[in-house]
Amino acid sequence: MRTIEQYLPDHPFFEGLDGPTLALAAGCATNISLAAGEYLCHEGDAADQFFVVRRGRVAIEVHGPAAGTLVLDTADEGDVVGWSWLVPPYVSTFDARASEATGVVAFDGACLRGKCDSDSHLGYELMKRVTQVMNGRLVAAQIRLLDLYGGPGATDAAPR
Amino acid sequence: MDDEVRMDDIRGMVLFVPGLQSLIDLLRERGWAVIGPTVRDGAVVHAEIESVDQLPRGVGDLQDAGSYRLRERDDETLFAFAAGPQAWKSLLFPSRELLWSGRRVGAEKEVTAAVVDAKRLALFGVRSCDLHALAIHDRVLAKREVTDTAYVARREATFIVALTCSDPGGTCFCVSMGTGPVPDEGFDLALTELLDQDTHRFLVVPGSDRGQEVLDDLKSRAGGVEVLPASEQDHLGAQEVGAAAAQHMGRSLDTNGLRDLLYAHPEHPRWADVASRCLSCTNCTLVCPTCFCTSVDVVSDLTGSATERWRVWDSCFTTDFSYLHGGSVRDSVQSRYRQWATHKLASWVDQFGTSGCVGCGRCITWCPAAIDLTAEVAAIRSGKE
Amino acid sequence: MPRLAEPTAVQPVESAMVPRLFRLVDRRQDTADTFTIMLEPNDGVPLAFIPGQFTMLSAFGVGEVPISVSGDAHVAGPLQHTVRDVGAVTHALARTAVGDVMGVRGPYGTGWDVADGHSRDVVFVGGGIGLAPLRPAVLEVLAHREDYGRVVLLYGARSPEELLFVDELKQWEDQGMEVLVTVDYGRESWQGRVGLVTKLIPRAGFDPMSTLALICGPEVMMRHTALALVGRGVRASRIRVSLERNMRCGVGLCGHCQYRELFVCVDGPVLPYAQVTGLLGLREV
Repeated sequence: MRTIEQYLPDHPFFEGLDGPTLALAAGCATNISLAAGEYLCHEGDAADQFFVVRRGRVAIEVHGPAAGTLVLDTADEGDVVGWSWLVPPYVSTFDARASEATGVVAFDGACLRGKCDSDSHLGYELMKRVTQVMNGRLVAAQIRLLDLYGGPGATDAAPR
Repeated sequence: MDDEVRMDDIRGMVLFVPGLQSLIDLLRERGWAVIGPTVRDGAVVHAEIESVDQLPRGVGDLQDAGSYRLRERDDETLFAFAAGPQAWKSLLFPSRELLWSGRRVGAEKEVTAAVVDAKRLALFGVRSCDLHALAIHDRVLAKREVTDTAYVARREATFIVALTCSDPGGTCFCVSMGTGPVPDEGFDLALTELLDQDTHRFLVVPGSDRGQEVLDDLKSRAGGVEVLPASEQDHLGAQEVGAAAAQHMGRSLDTNGLRDLLYAHPEHPRWADVASRCLSCTNCTLVCPTCFCTSVDVVSDLTGSATERWRVWDSCFTTDFSYLHGGSVRDSVQSRYRQWATHKLASWVDQFGTSGCVGCGRCITWCPAAIDLTAEVAAIRSGKE
Repeated sequence: MPRLAEPTAVQPVESAMVPRLFRLVDRRQDTADTFTIMLEPNDGVPLAFIPGQFTMLSAFGVGEVPISVSGDAHVAGPLQHTVRDVGAVTHALARTAVGDVMGVRGPYGTGWDVADGHSRDVVFVGGGIGLAPLRPAVLEVLAHREDYGRVVLLYGARSPEELLFVDELKQWEDQGMEVLVTVDYGRESWQGRVGLVTKLIPRAGFDPMSTLALICGPEVMMRHTALALVGRGVRASRIRVSLERNMRCGVGLCGHCQYRELFVCVDGPVLPYAQVTGLLGLREV
């Protein structure tokens, strides 16, 4: 089992970061193991963390009274979860649950923000990477919104 | 026949079995149908009685989680058993009640409110747990902004003869809930059965003015033979019956901080565990003396020109109890069991000022999966899964 | 011998469970599945309500549903409800013709108490049909516009075809309310904003420190809107939401609408966000 410092360079999110910068970020990180069904964070929590998935799967969920629980997105090995650490008031917007036995590297948001403030190179590198993740998720969400696969109300059905 | 003994010194009277019959006769004469325990289909159930011979003489019961059996006792007691499957709620809060009927008259519609004809009932042998359940139903149905006027009418037309339990059951826990085994208030008369080698008698004490009037009437009819003034010894005997009953609870429930405990653990793993056993069959809500949830059924004729609305018992264990367009809020059995237990033991306190549970044990006895509410709560309290 | 007991009591069933008869005098189709009905009481006695309350509407032979009153609480006129056709009863109400009679019980529940916004800024946030229960509060504010500070309506619907009260929105702007509208998606012809209604919050002019916010819509939308408003600085105690649960009686007796210890029909449907924040986060409550 590799240490965080040994593991991070191989993770796609951190690819291309030089050693010292990576070590700076790693200083804010801990390894966490979760059993299936355990939550990483809940909607509305002041959880201020950023997760890198090492193994397993994290489900991003929302729940409503009649709809029950819906999974909006999933993050597997190599993905990242959460950017509320970058966005005030640093509150989780959704629930995140391990849907199977999962291992993550958890970065403390306040710690990372502090290091980004003092090391703008780290800050810029992280910002670039998070922006790419957000962009991918946003585009995907907008296209899924079109409900393309059919059924009444699908947007590629004939206009009403 | 008039006995001039002053009642102020020692309250109540002692009835022998013929005196008990006289009491039943007197109540019936005054226009109350007497509803008491009888044996039918292997259980003690409520029915209208005219004679003490219809009471369960020498009958006892054995109750445990998911198990109810009558047994033959080696004595001639009339009330030595615990709660049967029925609470008194089906008499005062019937499972089906017409609310209104409507008709189409030409192009118009007419709505006629139903009226309730409250029969005068004397409930004979109401145990302390069920007495507290009646008081709880009073708070829910009769003391809030909108009342169930049919319930209020029936309640006012009811005469209550309460009873101290002499032989509580394997699922009883009224002591934990502070609801027994000795009736303290809310009755017209209260009986305690006293059976020893010499006599079979009943201490009867009044709990209301009209209860006292009935006793006075009974005294003037049958005093001296079937009915005697109660002695200090009788009262001591009755106290011993109550004290012994309190020592023979089959179950217990720690109510300390129970509301906060259940509010704090909506995701306790024990809920998932009980859900794996619970069949969601609604038996517990049917036998529970404090459950009050109802629904409204629409019954119409084929032409749609006549319709009726009936209020019917419902249960939070049904899948569509919490239905909103799109689905049910409480879809899983887990959430429904949690709702029932949390409501009964926690939310009820905020809603009505007391626990909703009276410790009668019926939900434990009549659960086909033998789920024991007291064990589930204990597991949550101790942190066990 | 004197009889102790009274003669058998004959009591009418609680009048709260028996509907009053109202005639449908006018109806309007708002969108493909939403319509507005105007009702007049057969007995001539108007139904007085406060903004935020609901009634139990009866379709004879079918059943009853709780529907918020969407009309003006302070102007004499027909009783108005805006209804979405989603089930057997609402479908029967949709097919009720002008001149037909339906049953009404109520009004029930807690109101928006928008007068708490006197001398403050007031923000209404409506999602989908959630605008209908807010409408009476909007009308109350605009009828006394000078009593309030800045007044804002943020309104989101799924698509442009599903926007309600479109003509009125313009009138409300003229009466001094800032109106921002958005849809989840639109066709090419839609010139307005697209996006989630929470996106409108930073664009609206209001002082979070003193604002009274009233939110109505699907529960997920209300939760996220409340979070976003709190993030902007609005106090949780000055945010109100309108909850929805299964109702059969509307008067707190049947037990269906319980939300842990709250009866949504009596303690709600309008509730302070601060009071229900924890409950909103729980599943299947």
